Amino acid sequence: MEKFITHTGTGVPLRRSNVDTDQIIPALWLKLVTRTGYEDGLFGAWRKDPEFVLNKDEYKKGTILIAGLDFGTGSSREHAVWALQNYGFRVVISPRFADIFRGNSLKAGLLTVILPQEQVEALWAAVEANPNLEITVSLENRSVSYDGVSVGFELDDYTRWRLMEGLDDIGLTLKQTESIDEYEMKRSPLKPATLPAR
Amino acid sequence: MAKTLAEKIWQEHIVRTAAGEPDLIYIDLHLIHEVTSAQAFDGLRLAGRKVRRPDLTIATEDHNTPTQNIDKPIADPVSKLQIDTLRNNCAEFGLRIHSLGDIDQGIVHVVGPQLGLTQPGMTIVCGDSHTSTHGAFGALAFGIGTSQVEHVLATQTLPLDPPKTMAINVEGTLQPGVSAKDIILAIIAQIGTGGGQGYVLEYRGSAIRALSMEGRMTVCNMSIEAGARAGLIAPDQTTFDYIRGRAHAPEDFDAALAYWSTLQSDTDAKFDVEITIDAETLAPFVTWGTNPAQGLPLTGAVPDPSLIADAEERGAAERALEYMDLKAGTPLKKIAIDTVFLGSCTNGRIEDLRTAATILNGKKISSSLRMLVVPGSARVRLQAEAEGLDKVFIEAGAEWRNAGCSMCLGMNPDQLAPGERSASTSNRNFEGRQGKGGRTHLVSPLVAAATAIRGTLSSPADL
Repeated sequence: MEKFITHTGTGVPLRRSNVDTDQIIPALWLKLVTRTGYEDGLFGAWRKDPEFVLNKDEYKKGTILIAGLDFGTGSSREHAVWALQNYGFRVVISPRFADIFRGNSLKAGLLTVILPQEQVEALWAAVEANPNLEITVSLENRSVSYDGVSVGFELDDYTRWRLMEGLDDIGLTLKQTESIDEYEMKRSPLKPATLPAR
Repeated sequence: MAKTLAEKIWQEHIVRTAAGEPDLIYIDLHLIHEVTSAQAFDGLRLAGRKVRRPDLTIATEDHNTPTQNIDKPIADPVSKLQIDTLRNNCAEFGLRIHSLGDIDQGIVHVVGPQLGLTQPGMTIVCGDSHTSTHGAFGALAFGIGTSQVEHVLATQTLPLDPPKTMAINVEGTLQPGVSAKDIILAIIAQIGTGGGQGYVLEYRGSAIRALSMEGRMTVCNMSIEAGARAGLIAPDQTTFDYIRGRAHAPEDFDAALAYWSTLQSDTDAKFDVEITIDAETLAPFVTWGTNPAQGLPLTGAVPDPSLIADAEERGAAERALEYMDLKAGTPLKKIAIDTVFLGSCTNGRIEDLRTAATILNGKKISSSLRMLVVPGSARVRLQAEAEGLDKVFIEAGAEWRNAGCSMCLGMNPDQLAPGERSASTSNRNFEGRQGKGGRTHLVSPLVAAATAIRGTLSSPADL
């Protein structure tokens, strides 16, 4: 996984709440068997509208998506995270993310930042007033900075460390193989097994 | 210290705990399907890793599969590639798979319980958000993304932060014509799509205890629609009776029963949040908008966004009405439907089909619509045929299909056309969920059947 320490880019204001993962990447795109190639499917239905924010020239270079409450609800498809990354987003900011989407994003290296609604609205206003506004998201300082403003955000130390080091979660767990072996030794024999098939 | 059921199951599955790190949780059962697994297997191959516990893993094909002509090769080459990829991955890594045409094929969340693999006190994961279904058995079950699928394949564990707990007490007796689907739609409308965020919802109370396992699965299935990490119902005699005699039920059933009987929240356990719902006041429920919390009793009317105080909600309602092509104030029962879909991991089980068949028996569906009846699994289909339910549906004018996710999610040939309006027993009414431009109203099997007869959103009481 690519390390995430700090990112500076411009923002894209997505003034919608309840952006579900079916909107982020429609189901027809889920037939691919790769982690790449989803950029054209990102917000597939909405992008047919020429007025949609991603279609506006001034926001085409944006790398920081600023969305409303409850971003990423619905399906567990990690394709939603890949689509955002493939398109070029490094950060999504929202007052609240759906659990599975947030988990997926932090595994895959897309930083999801939770800011209070009023901060999101301030960012929307700032980015709409000046689409070229430089925004810096620092994982090191856990802050979002723009135009002389700096707002802190919370992220647990463990996840932050893992993202900043670009560490492979599975690799970390495999270091605990002994603990897993021990757990399996004392695991109840009453639990079902799929093999042999009955 | 007194513990909730979720806390008990969590603690029994901790492999390792360390300050400042997530708990490492052991996974008892990993369910796999074609859509969210291919990239995980690629990851394993790339790193030279194996599947740690093939004997705790099972795959089925459901999202992509057609529900007609299943004896012919899958027509869509992209779908076919994804299905073939799953088959090849299962062969390479030594995993059990139930492919299209196999008697145990079906929607992953119907297949697990049906085989008796879903049991109380287990941890169960699947790369599908409706894994919460299995919580109906008193198992801690959650949907995961592909990175986590790979993690479980490689290690049979997941690093996770402990959830918060919410008790939802549903007390009293449901009125006739009101079912499990109405309970959960009403709960989601009350707490919102983010109301359960970070929580395991434990459904309790006399109305929940009175539900069959099918009904409990319907309730737990849609926990994710309230943003919850999982749904949970403590096991009881209904649960034990359902599992007994199934292929993978414990051989030493009494020993298992002794353990399962301990799986209750302690009477003095503290939940982080507790809410109570009066079952007597619940009515057949239907969604009018584009998220599952935008629902109302069927006797209501399309809401007027201008009366919604919260600006965010008002904007969402305005957009939803535009997408749904609905006018504020229209009685919900006046809304004409083009397609009725009975099926999905929410309502595709034998009891759901029986319920709908009792309403449709000897009647004809309206000539203004089509109705698809899609069993949740091949075995549900066989059972329904043994009971003659297929004939009831066919004689009523409905289409009787093979098992799969079908029209729930617009990934296989069963889709709504742009502008088409459905009454659907599935779980999501998102924009385009059932096909590009399609408009979805979520309903119970009873409302689906009554709507099919009348042509407009209806409950059995309207017949």
